Amino acid sequence: MKRVLVAKPGLDGHDRGAKVMARALRDAGFEVIYTGIRQTPQQIASAAVQEGVDAVCMSILSGAHKELVPEVVRLLKKSGVKPLVIVGGIIPKDDVAFLKKNGVSEVYGPGTPMSVPISYMKSKLKV
Amino acid sequence: MTAKKTALQEERLKTLSGFDVKRIYTGEDSETNYDKDLGEPGKFPFTRGVYETMYREKLWTMRLFSGFGTPEQTNRRLKYLIAHGQTGLSIAFHMPTLVGYNSDHPLSAGEVGKVGVAVDSLKDMEILFDGIKLDEVTTSMTINGPACAVWAFYIAAAENQGANRKELRGTIQNDVLKEYTAQKTWIFPPEPGLRLVVDTIEFASKELPKWHPVSISGYHIREAGSTATQELAFTLADGLCYVDSCIERGLSINDFCPRLSFFFNSHNDFFEEIAKYRAARRIWAKEMKKRNGNEQSQKLRFHTQTAGCTLTAQQPLNNIVRVTMQALAAVLGGTQSLHTNSYDEALALPTDESAKLALRTQQIIAYESGVTKTVDPLGGSYYIEWLTNRMEEEAYGGGVLKCIEKNFFQSEIAKSAYEYQKAVDENREKIVGVNCFQTDERQIKILKISSKVRKVQSKKLSLLRKHRDNDAVRNALDALVESAKTGENIMPPTICAVESYCTVGEICSSLAKVFGEHKSNVF
Repeated sequence: MKRVLVAKPGLDGHDRGAKVMARALRDAGFEVIYTGIRQTPQQIASAAVQEGVDAVCMSILSGAHKELVPEVVRLLKKSGVKPLVIVGGIIPKDDVAFLKKNGVSEVYGPGTPMSVPISYMKSKLKV
Repeated sequence: MTAKKTALQEERLKTLSGFDVKRIYTGEDSETNYDKDLGEPGKFPFTRGVYETMYREKLWTMRLFSGFGTPEQTNRRLKYLIAHGQTGLSIAFHMPTLVGYNSDHPLSAGEVGKVGVAVDSLKDMEILFDGIKLDEVTTSMTINGPACAVWAFYIAAAENQGANRKELRGTIQNDVLKEYTAQKTWIFPPEPGLRLVVDTIEFASKELPKWHPVSISGYHIREAGSTATQELAFTLADGLCYVDSCIERGLSINDFCPRLSFFFNSHNDFFEEIAKYRAARRIWAKEMKKRNGNEQSQKLRFHTQTAGCTLTAQQPLNNIVRVTMQALAAVLGGTQSLHTNSYDEALALPTDESAKLALRTQQIIAYESGVTKTVDPLGGSYYIEWLTNRMEEEAYGGGVLKCIEKNFFQSEIAKSAYEYQKAVDENREKIVGVNCFQTDERQIKILKISSKVRKVQSKKLSLLRKHRDNDAVRNALDALVESAKTGENIMPPTICAVESYCTVGEICSSLAKVFGEHKSNVF
């Protein structure tokens, strides 16, 4: 069973999307670890390493993605792990390219059906 | 195929809260005793409204939730909205202020000025309201965990302008109970959190008699994914918890209860939302009467915000139509104050232009639609009265603190959110432009917030620390800690602290030394 970390970086408490995706991933057959809110990049990277996850999914709606997400990616690399990194939330179009350049595989915005990231992750992780 | 189609149609013939809706309603469905269940507007149980004349005499307050970047930038936005006819102010603070951190705190990186305005000290509050006379406006501030500190900034800023605190009018959201269940910008654990709310209510009843010290909020519960009935039930349960805690403190109900206010969401199911507001008024009136509340205490007054979670990033102009209908539901439900979302808010914070259009939406309802001419125009509709009764039946509940500890609210809300998303993904709930009538996207211009705001605020903070009287700061923070320990009202030492230019971060970390910090259970 593939393991997925669902994480909420930063101070934002809007966890509706993170929790909905955690449930959807669980129902799709993934083993899901949810960090809860207000996680620092360090906490997220450590959790990913300790849990040995195949993917890290971050939900962020506060506009802090350009600072926090690349930092998570940097710390993951530093720890020598290479999980699939997915971001969901309110990410302006211009910033999507920036995140993809910085180690993020896919970015999903509002209105995305839950099946879209799930199918993507299944194909990438060969489930 | 036919069977499937029928099942889909049936699904859609429920309200968003899941009540089955019949083809037609008659007097048999909506049995009501006019005097007992409805009452004249302005009379118990206030189902038809808390005022006799409602909008014939005074329109609701048009109040757009605003804040981004530096206090200087938000000050310009406030003045812009006033110039376009806004009748009240409403301030959105950025994440660090909401959780009690200064802009230069390590965990504030990336967050400064992003979802609201950065306010670290009294100086920022003075800049925020520069040129706006605080004894002439009403201001609502969305602040919860650090409400005592931010309210103290406001009181001190107003007094520095020469205002008398007894004349100040406005609202602090200050509803910590829903933070634990829904919005999640908590700082302290529930018990000291509740104590601070009671402190502010007590202080307001003595020192700022025209202020609303708490706005008991269903809005965030709904945004987190609850149904309308859950929003109603959990919000009123929170309200009862505040009232009972104040009575336990020894306050007399009629000294504080008339100043409590509520804040509801206006979502897509038009009639269900209207019924929700009417049921809320009726339940509250009955509950306050049981507690010997007078007529003023029995009146549930509320602010409404159209539902942010219904805005779509796809075809953003469609949101103008959604917001119009949601705003109309709030008005037909008898709201006292209204925020309308801007069409671009699924993408970013609103621009000047989109915020103006959201304000214009309210003005068109107020001045052109004619719905303001009579009170509770839908009263007596078989369907509305039936729905109002159903909402009331479903909403009763109790034991808020226990429920928070046991995560009951959170798990119910999360369950509903997931069910709703599945209904959308499976096309059982239609969202125009998202799962039907899709088209290719056109980019719209959105507001961008500079990452330099953190530097600007950090520089202000280091200058502040250099130039203030740091002995006075230490003494003020010691006095604050002492009050937190002894259980004296927290407001007087908090006001002293902000007048000595203590920052929001210093005040909250001092209180956290005594109270500890809340850690959430995950699911």
